[in-house]
Amino acid sequence: MNWTHKDLLGIRELSREEILYLLDTADSFRDISRRAIKKVPTLRGKTVVTFFYEPSTRTRISFEIAAKRLSADTINISASSSSTVKGETLKDTARNLEAMRPDVIIMRHSMPGAPFMLSRILDSSVINAGDGSHEHPTQALLDLFTMKERKETLDGLRIAIVGDIVHSRVARSNIFALRKFDTEVTCCAPPTMIPPGLEALGVKVTHSLEEAVANKDVIMMLRIQKERGGASTIPSIREYASFYCLNESHLRRAKRDVIVMHPGPMNRGVEISDQVADGPYSVILNQVENGVAVRMAVLYLLSGGEV
Amino acid sequence: MERVLLDEKAVERSINRITHEILEKNQGSTHLSLIGIRTRGIFLAKRIRDKIKEIENRELPLGVLDITMYRDDIAKLKAPLEVKKTEIPFNVNNMTIVLIDDVLYTGRTTRAAIDAIMDLGRPNKIQLAVLVDRGRRELPIQPDYTGVFYTAATEEEVSVRLREMDGKDEVLLSKSP
Repeated sequence: MNWTHKDLLGIRELSREEILYLLDTADSFRDISRRAIKKVPTLRGKTVVTFFYEPSTRTRISFEIAAKRLSADTINISASSSSTVKGETLKDTARNLEAMRPDVIIMRHSMPGAPFMLSRILDSSVINAGDGSHEHPTQALLDLFTMKERKETLDGLRIAIVGDIVHSRVARSNIFALRKFDTEVTCCAPPTMIPPGLEALGVKVTHSLEEAVANKDVIMMLRIQKERGGASTIPSIREYASFYCLNESHLRRAKRDVIVMHPGPMNRGVEISDQVADGPYSVILNQVENGVAVRMAVLYLLSGGEV
Repeated sequence: MERVLLDEKAVERSINRITHEILEKNQGSTHLSLIGIRTRGIFLAKRIRDKIKEIENRELPLGVLDITMYRDDIAKLKAPLEVKKTEIPFNVNNMTIVLIDDVLYTGRTTRAAIDAIMDLGRPNKIQLAVLVDRGRRELPIQPDYTGVFYTAATEEEVSVRLREMDGKDEVLLSKSP
């Protein structure tokens, strides 16, 4: 397959074939992280900038490790340490960054569309590492990679996505990605956390966790996005937990080989119980490991070659 | 215009001779392992392994190497090349590794393969076996075992066909227009 995208801004723009090609590429890169010498020379001489306007540990470190294992040079900038605090606009910061000729800019921003805007004014490849409640494409890709690793094929899977759907870019990207395959996706949350018209994306909606998990292959739990006002959509965290905290009794209703996923950070006792998070069905740490492989594949496909 | 450089029988004889030369040079098959370079090198490596098994009654460890991540022209390519899996299921430390490829030309693939193996450990020796050496090297690399040597012009194309993926064994020489 010929990869033709300069940027990765969302899952919505990728075809089913492109997603599968990316996951296969990630599979080839995964082994590098398991070797004694965790480095290949593939992106030698390339410069990768991570530009994060929102806090992150997993995603930023994962991108940085991925870039370093491909021998690219990495530079990390966060909003608090950039000229943003001195009043510089995003556009100007980006143009100044580009004057130093990075090859890839990985961006997280609280405003939906911010990476899209950058991609239009910059020659460098832009990777969206999460823009507000819009998209988080590499998270969806690593989630699909983990599902495919465990279930062999994505077609035929029944998936429940539970939590603060309305504020969740992870939910959105996963829905876009999973609906490109023959999957059944059920979203579950209190009514205030379900965006109106969600069914139009081809998913089922329920407000009952018991109903959502029944007969599922995959259960994906999401945290309440307090920074986006998620907590104000429910009466109290305690009440939410009493209805929507995934515990072992729920898992008995799912398929016997169900896997439980969480993009992190987890709020134990709120959306997921300790027993489930640390239990045999949890693949949460596999997701983190696979994240590095998927991001290596994304960096390679966007910056290997002249694209 | 196409010309047959090696026909089916000649391919078979070449692989037989290479197999015997590998065993002779290494005085048997202990500490020996084979690594085939994708794609056709894998089939050649498997055939050599099977022949060694017939002769020595030992099955050598066999690995598969994809050199894409180690290419020296990644930044010059129009689009990224497909990266396939490298599967080397044995420890390369202290091994004598025979690297197997179908065609040796500029030597750049071999350079990439050597670098890839060195990132996995420290083999005792790396040797190189090829079915066709078409000359015109750009790096100081020479094969230890060669099926046929033919100095092809730059505009000539040497294509190896193997029955496992092409239905037939032969080496063809053609002039690209």
